[in-house]
Amino acid sequence: MIKNISNLGDAALYCDFGNDIDQKTNIKVIKYFENINKKNIDGITNLTPSYNKLIISFDLNVVNFTELKKKIEDIEISESYIRQDQKIIKIPTCCDDEFALDIERLSLKLNLTKKEILENYLNKEYFCYMTGFIAGMPFLGDIDKKIRLERLETPRVKVPKGAVGITEQFTNIYTFESPGGWNILGSTPIKIFDQKNEKQPILINPGDRVLFYEINKKEYFKINGIK
Amino acid sequence: MELNKITVLREGINSTFQDLGRSNFYHIGLPFSGAMDKRNYLIANKLVGNKYNEAVIEFAYQGPLIKIEDGNINFAISGDIKFNIKKNGKLITGDCYKNYNLSKNDEVDIISTNNSVYGYFAVSGGFDLKKNFGSFSTHVRSNVGANNGNKIQKGEKFFIKDFNDKHANKNLKYMNSKIEYIRILKGTNFDYFFEQSIKEFTSKEFLVTKLSDRMGMRLEGPKIKNLKETNIRSEGLIKGVIQVPADGNPIIMLSDHGTIGGYPKIGVVISADYDRLVQIPPSKKIKFKLIELKEAEKLYKLYQMETENLLSQI
Repeated sequence: MIKNISNLGDAALYCDFGNDIDQKTNIKVIKYFENINKKNIDGITNLTPSYNKLIISFDLNVVNFTELKKKIEDIEISESYIRQDQKIIKIPTCCDDEFALDIERLSLKLNLTKKEILENYLNKEYFCYMTGFIAGMPFLGDIDKKIRLERLETPRVKVPKGAVGITEQFTNIYTFESPGGWNILGSTPIKIFDQKNEKQPILINPGDRVLFYEINKKEYFKINGIK
Repeated sequence: MELNKITVLREGINSTFQDLGRSNFYHIGLPFSGAMDKRNYLIANKLVGNKYNEAVIEFAYQGPLIKIEDGNINFAISGDIKFNIKKNGKLITGDCYKNYNLSKNDEVDIISTNNSVYGYFAVSGGFDLKKNFGSFSTHVRSNVGANNGNKIQKGEKFFIKDFNDKHANKNLKYMNSKIEYIRILKGTNFDYFFEQSIKEFTSKEFLVTKLSDRMGMRLEGPKIKNLKETNIRSEGLIKGVIQVPADGNPIIMLSDHGTIGGYPKIGVVISADYDRLVQIPPSKKIKFKLIELKEAEKLYKLYQMETENLLSQI
């Protein structure tokens, strides 16, 4: 199922699953990730699944590229893999002007009213392709074709923690204050990454289903206060 | 029981607790982190008789000013570092790769790194800290690691687990070797760039800019021109990857890098050259040399043997 394995530097395998970005391809990547993770293969130090690639980092003191490539090519991937938790994760989101930093830009560029944009975005089920960049950040999709827009020409130096953004067919949540170029249309007061909870630090995992629902400012600050 | 305690009188620059790093969390967005210059980190721990994965204080350009608040400590500093010791009120110029005993009210003033970036302060017995996600390494950006995931700050006090001075008088004769060029392997998007740009990339000098830290090293030099696409679909990153964004200025991913990125990868720094790469300070110039995988593997083995040989001399 892996189309090609090449080396990324001298201590990582670059597993290519093709160029398509869709759930079918991504589920293959996740399946490989879960299976390899479970097998605890000697020397592997990290696995990074993304839309259609899987990067396997290893300790060059233990194994080398040729040896590990052979192991991964021969690996048996169990087809019975089923995600245990199929419930939809619901994310409260406040889209008040104070948080919807790019709603006017979106409105202008997409030729839709604010209300129309939110109607197209909220209360729809999105699929989690991957998590990362910053701790716990989920890359979700696909959003409605009508509200797709490219990144900001000049990315923000600081996107506030909790910001909910869209770009192209994707949507995400900034789990920490960070530089970024996504179009921000709201903010969530809930914790997506919890460093104190080492067993389950992230709320949204690859393969999960996620939905954003609207809350008002009063509710936002109420949740924010007890977080 | 006597408590061995230090107070930080000046925090220095980017002083954090680091160890060998954190495995198996790339998929949730946590990078490997850990000591930037692993060889110097290992030497510091060995000099004070610690296990190899004991947390040490890593600092950049300028280290902390530390006072012994209570009890005794035995410490060593590794890197190319200028520091002073105040012992019984007397000022002594410190030597790297050597350990010292200090008692209550004595001080260590880590003044600066010489023509390098990182240095390490290790204490015998180790600091009394809590691990987070299996490691002491601090990742400030996600507030993960020892000291609640924060940089070390002025006024903070830390306990030393158990002082002993049975390693006193250990030392190592070692000079940090400078490197002429950084060796790299082809990146996965090597063919995204113009031949002329690739030629320049592997022959011309690049300036290390001030916008460099534990996350990445930003370079300036001849613009690397892209002939295909300036963005790729976001995918995993590892340390050492050289990305080239649309502006044509390469960025090398370092230990605290974002786990996912969307710029084409022109090359990857070989593992054997990483420790020396991170020690190149801003305003210095570097050159890249393209090599093959087999050679990189051999060079790593050699570098490891050299490190082990150094450690065995302590």
